[in-house]
Amino acid sequence: MTRAHVSKLTANLILLAIGAVFVLPLLWVLFASINSTAGLRVEVPDSPTLNNFRAVLNVDTTYRPMLNGLVLCGGSALLTLLCAVLAAYPLSRFKTKFNRPFLLTVLFATGLPITAVMVPVYGLFVQLNLVDTIGGTIMFMTTTSLPFAIWLTKTFMDGVPISLEEAAWVDGAGSMQALFRIVLPLMWPGIAVVLIFTFIGLWGNFFVPFMLLLSPERLPASVTIFTFFSQYGEVNYGQLAAYSLIYTMPVLILYLLLSKKLGGAFALGGAIKG
Amino acid sequence: MTSTIAPAVPGSVDDKGPGPVGPPRGAKFLKMLPLAPSIALMVVFLAGPILYCLYAAFTNMALTGTGAAEVKFIGFDNFRKAFGSSAFINSIWLTLVFTLISAIIGQNTLGLGLALLMRRSTKLVRSLVGTAVIGAWVLPEIVAAYLLSAFLNSEGTLNVILERVGLNGQDWMYGAPIIAVSIANIWRGTAFSMLVYSAALSEIPKEIEESAEMDGAAGGRRLWWVTLPMISRAILTNLMLITLQTLSVFGLIYAMTRGGPGTKSQTLPLYMYEQAFSFSQIGYGTAIALVMLAIGAVFSLIYLRGLNSEAA
Repeated sequence: MTRAHVSKLTANLILLAIGAVFVLPLLWVLFASINSTAGLRVEVPDSPTLNNFRAVLNVDTTYRPMLNGLVLCGGSALLTLLCAVLAAYPLSRFKTKFNRPFLLTVLFATGLPITAVMVPVYGLFVQLNLVDTIGGTIMFMTTTSLPFAIWLTKTFMDGVPISLEEAAWVDGAGSMQALFRIVLPLMWPGIAVVLIFTFIGLWGNFFVPFMLLLSPERLPASVTIFTFFSQYGEVNYGQLAAYSLIYTMPVLILYLLLSKKLGGAFALGGAIKG
Repeated sequence: MTSTIAPAVPGSVDDKGPGPVGPPRGAKFLKMLPLAPSIALMVVFLAGPILYCLYAAFTNMALTGTGAAEVKFIGFDNFRKAFGSSAFINSIWLTLVFTLISAIIGQNTLGLGLALLMRRSTKLVRSLVGTAVIGAWVLPEIVAAYLLSAFLNSEGTLNVILERVGLNGQDWMYGAPIIAVSIANIWRGTAFSMLVYSAALSEIPKEIEESAEMDGAAGGRRLWWVTLPMISRAILTNLMLITLQTLSVFGLIYAMTRGGPGTKSQTLPLYMYEQAFSFSQIGYGTAIALVMLAIGAVFSLIYLRGLNSEAA
């Protein structure tokens, strides 16, 4: 065995050990969801059953909250991406006195705990008559994810050499044409990261929709999972595991679709070039 | 293709003034127009509420009692009250410990280690481990909290493993709650650092590392002198983002321990939430929010300074 082989073997073994630690809590949710007498430790069920899923798969518990979540988070993520790409281009390409203060402000906004502004935001929504509206909630969720998305998009855009646009500029292309025809196609991995991260962050967000939406028929899954917790005095671990899995499914699917599409271009789950 | 090696550093074009290869000329206002939608949203839904916070923090605003009937300006009283309160000082310490252990040490180092190891591993191992780590990351916060509560429970999987290897387990969420929530945050957040570092590493041209190896720079030396400097921008950006994110973690801790037992895992966001919503002290709560804002600002400035000197 050469030195390269030894180092490869060592790397594989260490990685598998770390991976095992990461996978244990995930195994628990998988096994508990098909176990009608699930407890707190990882155990393979004696007689696997789909009863837990049957119990939670109905309009009130699962279907409507999931659809609400998709509308809220999908809408917000796309709007965030559009605004962030537009904003990142001048910040990345044109150096003005305005850039630095703007990016500093964006940084401060990234660090801002949203819990802190929820009270005044609620007041604002009352004034603007936006409480309990999907549109208003989408706009606020977009705003909360924007600072980070702008920052990340700009960092990825900085990685695309400006020399590639120079040819287009010589040919008389405008800056928006250069952005959408040249820069964006070159930074798809970065765009995908921004989109995935934004959507996943929003999908898990409990506090914002909890404060801004009131009607039970408009609440997304992130809020209803809390009512699910409190509905039962005795926690049914199996049903909770099943519901957790269903609730997690959209972000998993989105991630898998994107990582497949990205191929060798980006290091999402084993797509790194060897 | 990375800004560290690209000959044309973005922004440098303008330094030479508008030439034949410069970006399309036009009024500065027009060039900056794409920023308008973002600015509009952030002014209305972030800046407005923050300004309101700035005002409320200096009042006795409350949901019940005198502060509810008549809002009065009380100067720095809220801040004096905070810094004189042992519960507040306790929450500052816990926040710093939580951020240090779970973000700066845990997520950052583990994420970098995973990304580095993955370059040397076989494809199958890479996909398996990558999937497990990212799987933990894509879980919604409340689900992650729930899974880790089960994992760290006295009857949970961690203690089963510890007993197998002859160690004594404990109820982590009661015995060492800040460690428990830190473990949960590392479990949940490491994927982000791993993705950032994998992306940064994949942009390093093979030739540079190969030539370093030919010159005799092996293992740790090559990592320290060649690889890490080439991804230093990614390191700083990642550190900044995960620090700021960890400072304001709320749902994970709230769902796992509610800040307890007692106040043993009550970080700043939980303390603030308790004061503002459970005790209805809106003015005091927003004053604490401002303190959190200041801590985030300090971290931002430190990293920003690093990024600037790196870019120079």
